[in-house]
Amino acid sequence: MSGGVDSAVAAARAVDAGHDVVGVHLALSRMPGTLRTGSRGCCTIEDSLDARRAADLLGIPFYVWDFSERFRADVVDDFISEYAAGRTPNPCMRCNERIKFAAVLEKALALGFDAVATGHYAHIVTDAEGNRELHRASDEAKDQSYVLGVLTTEQLAHAMFPLGTTPSKAVVRAEAAARGLTVAQKPDSHDICFIPDGDTRGWLADRIAPQQGAIVDRDGTPVGSHDGATSFTVGQRRGLNLGVPAPDGRPRFVLEVRPRTNEVVVGPKEALAIRELAGARFSWAGLDPVASGLTHVTAEGDAWAPFSCQVQVRAHADPVAATARLAPSTTPDGTTDVTAPELVVEVDEPLLGVAPGQTAVLYSGTRVLGQCTIDRTVSAVPATAS
Amino acid sequence: MPVAVYLDHAAGSPMPASVRGAYLSALEAVGNPSSIHSAGQAARGMLEDARERLAATLGVDAVEMVFTGGGTEAVNLGVKGLFWKRQGGSATPSARPRPRILVPRAEHHATLDAVEWLAAHEGAVLRWLEVDEVGALRLGDLAAALAENPDDVALLTMLAANNEVGTLQPVAEAAALAAAQGVPVHVDAIAAYGQLPLAPLPAGVSAVSLSAHKLGGPVGVGALVLRRGADVVPLLHGGSQQRGRSGTMDAAGAAAFAAASAEAHAAIAERAARKAQLRDRLAAGILAALPQVELRGAAGRAAVARAAGRDAEAAQWAARALPGTLHLTVPGAEGDSLLMLLDLAGFAVSTGSACQAGVPEPSHVLLAMGLDEQAARGALRISLGPETTEAEVDALLAALPAAVERATSAGLAARTPSLGR
Repeated sequence: MSGGVDSAVAAARAVDAGHDVVGVHLALSRMPGTLRTGSRGCCTIEDSLDARRAADLLGIPFYVWDFSERFRADVVDDFISEYAAGRTPNPCMRCNERIKFAAVLEKALALGFDAVATGHYAHIVTDAEGNRELHRASDEAKDQSYVLGVLTTEQLAHAMFPLGTTPSKAVVRAEAAARGLTVAQKPDSHDICFIPDGDTRGWLADRIAPQQGAIVDRDGTPVGSHDGATSFTVGQRRGLNLGVPAPDGRPRFVLEVRPRTNEVVVGPKEALAIRELAGARFSWAGLDPVASGLTHVTAEGDAWAPFSCQVQVRAHADPVAATARLAPSTTPDGTTDVTAPELVVEVDEPLLGVAPGQTAVLYSGTRVLGQCTIDRTVSAVPATAS
Repeated sequence: MPVAVYLDHAAGSPMPASVRGAYLSALEAVGNPSSIHSAGQAARGMLEDARERLAATLGVDAVEMVFTGGGTEAVNLGVKGLFWKRQGGSATPSARPRPRILVPRAEHHATLDAVEWLAAHEGAVLRWLEVDEVGALRLGDLAAALAENPDDVALLTMLAANNEVGTLQPVAEAAALAAAQGVPVHVDAIAAYGQLPLAPLPAGVSAVSLSAHKLGGPVGVGALVLRRGADVVPLLHGGSQQRGRSGTMDAAGAAAFAAASAEAHAAIAERAARKAQLRDRLAAGILAALPQVELRGAAGRAAVARAAGRDAEAAQWAARALPGTLHLTVPGAEGDSLLMLLDLAGFAVSTGSACQAGVPEPSHVLLAMGLDEQAARGALRISLGPETTEAEVDALLAALPAAVERATSAGLAARTPSLGR
């Protein structure tokens, strides 16, 4: 129970459904006062008090569980090191993967509980054979299945999302008000809970020592310099301060951040469009696509035949039609590695603003198939064309 | 969820029916004790009667008993008030003639936060005093601290009994050392008052903090015993109703405090013996059923010695322990998991340490006793009350093994995560 309206109503519905419910608030910082000062839904003392009061009104026991050390290591430090490596992570996803449905769930199971219920907007469907599938919420505008795409079969088996089939957030607020919950009109949380003022760039700059480096075009020609590659994100246009104008005089955008060489690669907007993305770190939410009958293992036995799906690369992006396959990966020296397969996703239409470190979630209709962390992308526009 | 078995008397003890009756009838009285008219005089009479009865339990005069709005205010008045008084009034924080406060590491947070505030804002210099492995002040370190420079010490503040592990402190010996150097001593007796007889107060003790709710009185009522000749600079200003303390006096609260104190002090030795016998039964049961559990404090040492047949040693340790408190640590478990499991099973107990937004911190008391952070996280404090029964203790003994097993496995899961990797 975060102290927000969603988890409060989720708890209420779990109680109504006849479960033996205990409210748990996660302490994610040893110094809660250093996090948000408003009441935007996460991590403050006020939020902890709101959660406690909601549990009180529901008549359920309530405890605070301290996951501050795990949160710092698995979410905050991970966020910093991913940025330092030139990638763009989603910390909410990491929190679901490592904290809420891992550390919290494991502790709960060990203490004798059966499941972790949260106020996420997503829906679990159990098929005729008893297999659990993760689906988009009924309220598409609130759907949070993307940030739950990291959950594995084992995690889904102990997850409950009581809000998943609610037609809209307004219904949840009305229900909270009718139940007398004081958080009924509390504003939604946004942004990243551990960055108090929402200034991600400034927050990162305090934690990653900036180092001067070159800005280059796609041919490797230096066109400017920067004060730290990690402060750039793919798709960024402002703040480049390039000395050399583009040959065609058109604006240039960040296409790639290369932390190893401390280089920032820039180019025309069309070059931001990618046609393929791939990652070796992937997971399946429930039965994998082969077991689900969407594809088959190839005759060689080291790959999956291409299959149709939709891919979503950000929490609030639209899904796009794509073809995915599993293929042996290629090592940096060019040899094929069959022991480390890679999930390769080709999009039907070029996709903008995709950066390594982001998570690509694959869907089949409303069903979440699984996800991969993007390791590499292939531009839709070859370098010579620019 | 009804609490079936309440074993957290150290946090606050339920108000006995006799005290509730005295409180209710006192609440019916009309009048401000400071008013001149008859109603005021009647309220004043009730207040002074309470003051006298409470003073008598400590062998002090009524004029030495200042009522406060609870134990924290009493501690703050004792510590800050004595500190300021010892500076002679005119010196600024940057030029204190007696900046040093001698303070053991295992004090209650009311003291820790007060002295740390004085250090941060008022020029105090803290000289932390070491405690031994049962949480008792090391007198040798106190002597050394005094010898460093007896003239720049503002005060010594110390507990009478540790609120977490229940170990009694060497107040008389410490006060004698301090008094020999002219250093005033504040004693936080909140955990000890009403559990064991404290009268007569040892020579050299200048101030003693008390709180009503630890012995079945109302919350928000406390007192600072301020010996003659020991003056404080007040915290609150406006009316000077009492010596060193302004604010309308709570006659009904004082009457209820006196009633609770009277109840606690009637046959105090027999009550203490009864609680100690139940505590020993609990400790012996835990040692027999859960050999991995470590019993802490002087009571823990007593139980271990008794189980080994060393009765004389057991008696010596037992004489250094509050009768109703048993503190333990479970290796590999988190105290808050133990607390939750026992709570869900119907037992109200405590981890013993202070919370930040509901999260138990690793206890500074246990760290000061030499435990590492991991061991300190598995802490549990069980504190018995005057009405605690053998059946309740046995019920806890029956419930503990399952809670310990589950909490230990949850602690293991936290250290070796498998999901989401």
